[in-house]
Amino acid sequence: MKKEWPLWEVFVRSKNGLEHRHFGSLHAADAEMALENARDVYTRRNEGVSIWVVESKHITASNPENNGELFEPAQDKVYRHPTFYDVPDDVKHM
Amino acid sequence: MTEHLYKYILGIADNSLILGQRLGELCGHGPNLETDIACTNISLDLLGQVRSYFQYAAKIAGDGRNEDDIAMLRKEREYRNVLLVEQPNTDFAHVMARQFLFDVYHFLFLQELQKSKDLTLSAIANKCIKEVSYHQRFSSDWIKRLGDGTKVSHEKMQDAIDYLWPYTDELFYQTKADKAIIKEGIGVDTVEFKDTYFQRLKMILEEATLKVPESKYFHKGGKDGIHSEHMGYILSDLQYMQRTYPNMEW
Repeated sequence: MKKEWPLWEVFVRSKNGLEHRHFGSLHAADAEMALENARDVYTRRNEGVSIWVVESKHITASNPENNGELFEPAQDKVYRHPTFYDVPDDVKHM
Repeated sequence: MTEHLYKYILGIADNSLILGQRLGELCGHGPNLETDIACTNISLDLLGQVRSYFQYAAKIAGDGRNEDDIAMLRKEREYRNVLLVEQPNTDFAHVMARQFLFDVYHFLFLQELQKSKDLTLSAIANKCIKEVSYHQRFSSDWIKRLGDGTKVSHEKMQDAIDYLWPYTDELFYQTKADKAIIKEGIGVDTVEFKDTYFQRLKMILEEATLKVPESKYFHKGGKDGIHSEHMGYILSDLQYMQRTYPNMEW
C-alpha cells in the first residue's frame, strides 16, 4: 500500500480583484481534503478569499535543461519591450 | 441568579477549554503535518472562544478574579465540562469521533444561544458559530472518510463511536443552574434540539456506513463536577505553569 497521500499545489487569491497566486503544496487524499488542508495550512492568518488546488501530477513544467533554447533568445531582444516610444506629456498613468 | 449565570457560563466554556486542551496535546503529534495543523487550529478556535466566556464570567463573579484565574485555577470539582470532551486521544479515530459528537451539539447549541436574552452571550454565540460550522464540517468529513474507507479504518471508527456514544446523553443533562437560567430566557433549552442532534448523528453515521450504537447506558457527572479519571491529568498539564509560577504572564 502506498503510504503517502498525493501532492497538491495550492493557489490562493488573497483579495478580490487579484489573481490566484501559488502559495505552496501539501498532501491530501483527494480534492476535498486538499481544500480543507489548504484552508488550515495557508489561510489561517486571513490570507485568502479563494483557494484553488490541483494535483501536482497534472502540472506540466518546462525542463530547466531547455532553458537555453526556451528563454535565452529573448534576452537580447529588448525592442520587444514597448519602451522606445516618447509618451506625450498629456498621457497619464503610463 | 448571578451564581446560576456564572455556573451556566462555566458550563459552556469548560467544554471548549478541555476539548481545546485535548486537541492541543496533538500539536506536533498529529498523524501528518496537515491534520496536525488542522487539529491545532480547532484547538485555538476553541481557546479563543473561551476567553470571551471567561471574561464575562469574571465580570459576573465580580470578586477580583480575572479570566485566567477562572480558567486556570479552579479545582477539579469546580470544572463543569461534560465527560465526553475529557476522553483521551486514543487514536485518530477517537479524536475525530469525540470532535464530531461534540461539534454537532456545539453548532445546534450556538444556533439557539444566538437568540439568548443576554446580549453578551448572544454576541459570543454569533461570533463563534462560523468557526464551529467549519469544525463540524471537518469532523463529519473524517467520520465519512474513515467509516467508508478501508476495512481497518472502518473498524477503528466504529470502535471509537461505540466507545464514545455513552457520553453523548450528558450533553443534554441540565443542572440546577442550567434550569434556572433557561427559565430566565437566557439559557438554551437543550432538550428542544436533542432529537435533531441524534438525527444528524444518525444521518452522517449511515452515510459513513457505520452502525448507530444501541447502548442504553449513558455516563454523566461532569456537569456536576464529578469527572472521569482523565480529568486530573488534563488539569495538571493545563494548570502547571500558573501553579508553579503564580501570576506568571507573557
